[in-house]
Amino acid sequence: MKNKNKRIMTGTHFMLGNFAIVEGALAAGCDFFAGYPITPANEISERMAERMPQVGGSFLQGEDELCSVFALTGAALAGAKAMTATASAGYNYMQEGIGYAVASEIPLVIVDVQRCRGENFATQSDVMQMRWGASGDHELIVLAPASVQESFDYTIRAFNLSEKYRTPVVILSETTIALMREKLVIPEPEEIQIVNRRKPEIPPEKFVPFRADRNGVPPLPDLGDGYRIIHSLNPHDEYGGIAWDPDVFENLYDRITGKVLTNYNDIVQTERYYLDDAKIILVAYGSETRPCLSAARLARENGIKAGVLKLVTVWPVAEREIRQAAEQAEIVLTVEMNVGKFAREVERVCCGYARTGRVTKNRGLVHTTNEIYKAIEEASN
Amino acid sequence: MKQNPLRRYLRKDCLPHFFCPGCGAAQVLNYFVRAADQVQLDFDKLVAIGGVGCAARIPVYLDAEVLHGVHGRTLPWATGIKLHNPDLKVVIFAGDGDAAAIGGNHLIQSARRNLDVTMIVVNNLNFGMTGGQAAPTTPQHMKTTTTPYGNAEKPFDICQLAITAGATFVSRWSPAKPLRAIKAIKNALQHVGFSLVEIICQCPTNFGRKALSTGDPVKNLDWIKESSVTVKKAAELSTEEKAKRFVLGDFLQITEPVFTGSSVITSQGGA
Repeated sequence: MKNKNKRIMTGTHFMLGNFAIVEGALAAGCDFFAGYPITPANEISERMAERMPQVGGSFLQGEDELCSVFALTGAALAGAKAMTATASAGYNYMQEGIGYAVASEIPLVIVDVQRCRGENFATQSDVMQMRWGASGDHELIVLAPASVQESFDYTIRAFNLSEKYRTPVVILSETTIALMREKLVIPEPEEIQIVNRRKPEIPPEKFVPFRADRNGVPPLPDLGDGYRIIHSLNPHDEYGGIAWDPDVFENLYDRITGKVLTNYNDIVQTERYYLDDAKIILVAYGSETRPCLSAARLARENGIKAGVLKLVTVWPVAEREIRQAAEQAEIVLTVEMNVGKFAREVERVCCGYARTGRVTKNRGLVHTTNEIYKAIEEASN
Repeated sequence: MKQNPLRRYLRKDCLPHFFCPGCGAAQVLNYFVRAADQVQLDFDKLVAIGGVGCAARIPVYLDAEVLHGVHGRTLPWATGIKLHNPDLKVVIFAGDGDAAAIGGNHLIQSARRNLDVTMIVVNNLNFGMTGGQAAPTTPQHMKTTTTPYGNAEKPFDICQLAITAGATFVSRWSPAKPLRAIKAIKNALQHVGFSLVEIICQCPTNFGRKALSTGDPVKNLDWIKESSVTVKKAAELSTEEKAKRFVLGDFLQITEPVFTGSSVITSQGGA
């Protein structure tokens, strides 16, 4: 490997999507990785096993996904920037740890390389598992890359958001993106923006561990810094004491979900393509945005005003941007590689503003440009 | 009123504790602070971990760094902590459910790796917090709320399991032998590697009332006492007789390299 022992492999590469995630994690400062073998996420673990020791980080092959995700939470509380990678079925197990990380406000990054149930074909069928998987109330931040470059870029952003908001962030990858090789440009270290968690500036005896700042996020000391905090899943008050009290419970979960929702402008990102005068708007995320773009271009060549709203952040839902699109459009089509899941969110947001439709494909294959173009053509008639 | 000098290891305002009168878990809390005091454990560098259950509440009273509230995942937490910061002292308080049921595989794998932590298993022979259901440690034929005709299953021997899997320090005592229990915890805290101390505990409220037909803590402890033998005496018993008893003793203390990660660059080779 070129640039061995370097944390940031500045330069131009032709790289696998899964490897780009690893390099993005390293660039973001990741120093702890744990994972359990599962296809099509294995390349992440394998490269991490090589890269982590090179940069002074830790690598753990857990006995299962539960071990991996909980090792992450322990390491993160000890001060690590921690990541795991799994695929759909493995993510099921990790929901338990994600629920704990949400409740105890622990920054970590989870990669889910979506695969069809029991097989490794392409799919986007985990999009709802991301949102609703863990028990208890939560708002996850979920980013969906559509290319190898985005796999790198979004991984850095995932770490930054998790550190800033003390919450788990998911990179929703897909077989398609994970096992594809493309050009990747890794910038100079000084060009990469890194966010680190805020630590307390006051001594332990005066520190109230779960009292939040104006962003809704309390500072987080490392284990061993002398703050002696109880990090519990159970309802806890500002002091960290386990307390069953309806007010404590309500305040805690209002804040934990609120810190994600009220920072919408900082968290939610979309990309707009040909939208200015578009009458038929495609809403898509991940790999499906690629055929959407070429289909929209084809439609334009044929005189149909089509455009694409690409969801960089799948969760929380980009309600403002989708509604804005709906206000100008005649019809909003959700393009997805599953039976039609995120479409429900788009329909909810568009209700009363525009007609909606679904362009779904659940055959382990990404849509072709022509398939989407045909749907645009039909909608324009 | 003069305060117990060991009170300084507990959080302010944490008492009264939530354990039932006569509960063994509360005694283990007592043993731990005594052992910690004897070895002058630095509580700023102590991470005390509990999963879910009665025993899992023990760390919540300690004035240390505490992780609590997920069933069975104590050792994965500890693994992440120790790999990232080996200087922290990690002590796990697990019930028999945490250790041998839902977290059983984590116990086996952590022992195999010789993770440098101390695990104190408070084995009260049933799921106490949830109302006295059978556990993998419930003796055969004993009645619990989920074995109304007597437990049809054979119990786990947690210590033998840990030894076989690769633990490097293993002891088992009970509140009927408090000084031995404290000493075992003290030695475990000083051990480098995976140390496990199992304390067979009375649960008067649930196990006692169902299995022993008495909620009297003293009678419960008497039963444990009568059912226990030392390693020495156990050697004279038949396998059948031994299976009916709790064998108490300090079983193992050896030195092995500790776990520092699954992929590590060593001087013998590697990248």
